[in-house]
Amino acid sequence: MNPYLQISHIDKSFARGTAGNDVLKGVTLSISKGEFVSIIGHSGCGKSTLLNIVAGLTPATHGGVVLEGQHVTTPGPDRAVVFQNHSLLPWLTVYGNVRLAVDKVFGKTKSRAERHDWTMHHLHLVHMAHETQKRPAEISGGMKQRVGIARALCMEPKVLLLDEPFGALDALTRAQLQDTVQEIAARLGNTVIMITHDVDEAVLLSDRIVMMTNGPCATIGEVLTVDLPRPRDRLKLTDNATYLGARARVLRFLYERQRRPAAA
Amino acid sequence: MSVPALSERHDPAPVPPPHPPADVVRLGVARSRFLKQKVMLVLPGIAARTIPPLLGIGLTLIVWEILCSGAGATLPPPSQVWREGKELILDPWFNYGPQDIGLGFRLIVSLQRVAIGFGFAIIVGITLGTLVGQSTWAMRALDPLFQVLRTIPPLAWLPIALAAFRNSQPAAIFVIFITAIWPIIINTAVGIRNIPQDYRNVAQVLQLNHFEYFTKIMVPAAAPYIFTGLRIGVGLAWLGIVAAEMLTGGVGIGFFIWDAWNSSRLPDIIVALVYIGLVGFALDRIVAAVGYFATRGTARS
Ligand SMILES: Nc1ncnc2c1ncn2[C@@H]1O[C@H](COP(=O)(O)OP(=O)(O)O)[C@@H](O)[C@H]1O
Ligand SMILES: [Mg+2]
Repeated sequence: MNPYLQISHIDKSFARGTAGNDVLKGVTLSISKGEFVSIIGHSGCGKSTLLNIVAGLTPATHGGVVLEGQHVTTPGPDRAVVFQNHSLLPWLTVYGNVRLAVDKVFGKTKSRAERHDWTMHHLHLVHMAHETQKRPAEISGGMKQRVGIARALCMEPKVLLLDEPFGALDALTRAQLQDTVQEIAARLGNTVIMITHDVDEAVLLSDRIVMMTNGPCATIGEVLTVDLPRPRDRLKLTDNATYLGARARVLRFLYERQRRPAAA
Repeated sequence: MSVPALSERHDPAPVPPPHPPADVVRLGVARSRFLKQKVMLVLPGIAARTIPPLLGIGLTLIVWEILCSGAGATLPPPSQVWREGKELILDPWFNYGPQDIGLGFRLIVSLQRVAIGFGFAIIVGITLGTLVGQSTWAMRALDPLFQVLRTIPPLAWLPIALAAFRNSQPAAIFVIFITAIWPIIINTAVGIRNIPQDYRNVAQVLQLNHFEYFTKIMVPAAAPYIFTGLRIGVGLAWLGIVAAEMLTGGVGIGFFIWDAWNSSRLPDIIVALVYIGLVGFALDRIVAAVGYFATRGTARS
């Protein structure tokens, strides 16, 4: 059987300049439906580039991505992205940002009232139904990221792509949002690819953790399956042997095998 | 306010935050006392804002009066302007025949010309700016041209306009158009160039078509720049109309000044200048206010 999402032999070089521009080399990964996969690696190794290739925002130099038997060539709502810096449109309200996506994706198939309900439903999912008329400038970073997630979820994507979604948030807000994402993914059964540089986040949320080597010519160094039952509770996991083992293995990969020459 | 060069990148001008909600005051016995206190608090603020400008105007009038009251004075003092131009000042809406009408009517004629010329400048300017802003090559090719053309004074266009249209009416409107359009093109193009990649990515993931991208992303994202261009443009248009009307005739305010000069009615000219200044100020503020309301949410967060 073919996998749900197949990333095959991706190479990526950027045309400008000479040295160090071969960012990715031979990245191959199969993801099944409903799986939650994290990609972890040092900053600058090419994680965002890989995610953008899956999103269709950046073309691969070689290789390709196949989603449900279809070659990915352009971006589209079946691969919704939650961007690191939220990327909400500042002139639209919280509601307007989500509604824009709902109108675009379901404009032909849902009535006006259904689209309103659909919008509100997803704002509920991310616990933002009480602040619908605020503009992005008037809400906190965590709330913006929640709206970004609602905007992505409302498109009913086949794959949800998260690019360091909680990177800019404080630890408490991050934990809350991780719980929200875990709860939603369990409820809706989404297929998720999440980029992160946070080891605990990766182990807590993922079915598999993909560890990337340093660039240039970054590729997949190791893949770790996290065999923990769901729902996962961060408190109960603190002394769970499987959790600690997975955590140690990712840390060892990042800081022993892939230690950067001038890592900070 | 300046016209940025196309190649530079600017962040959109920050839009001030909305007013904080007013405190909720409980009505009751203390109300009148509270009101009194509030008035006492507000009064000095009002005074601080109104007294200096009034003082400034008063002092200017006094100095002017003194300077122009001497024996060899060539210009009329304000008292003479008031005496001889009283009717013009107090009644802008009289109508005693085709060339003898109040300044209000004249201003309306001039404003109509500005509205037509500036309206065309808005449409053509935003369209061209959008096209130019989307293509690096178009920018490189056209930016130097725009930067040179925008410095040409309005009157310098007039002979060309007259030659092209062979009629003073469209020529005057063309002068408005050609004077006002450059800052609109340039600012729109800069605004389009500065649309963050994030918004482009969002549009791509949503698969917005060209029209949706234009209305839902491009125009709102570039709006602060566009309004800066419009504000500069309307000021230039107003500069241009007076100059153009002086030479092309008609019943506008510009021709009125020329006419008054030819019949040595200096006080009338001064009254007209004040009117022109006030209208120009109002135009600037109107465009600024429209821009403020239209771009409230566009500041990046
Ligand atoms: N548009 C681009 N043009 C040229 N180089 C790029 C571009 N985008 C990313 N890169 C380079 O690719 C490398 C990987 O970047 P990125 O995927 O953003 O890393 P990560 O997300 O892992 O931190 C970096 O060295 C970066 O300089
Ligand atoms: Mg990145």
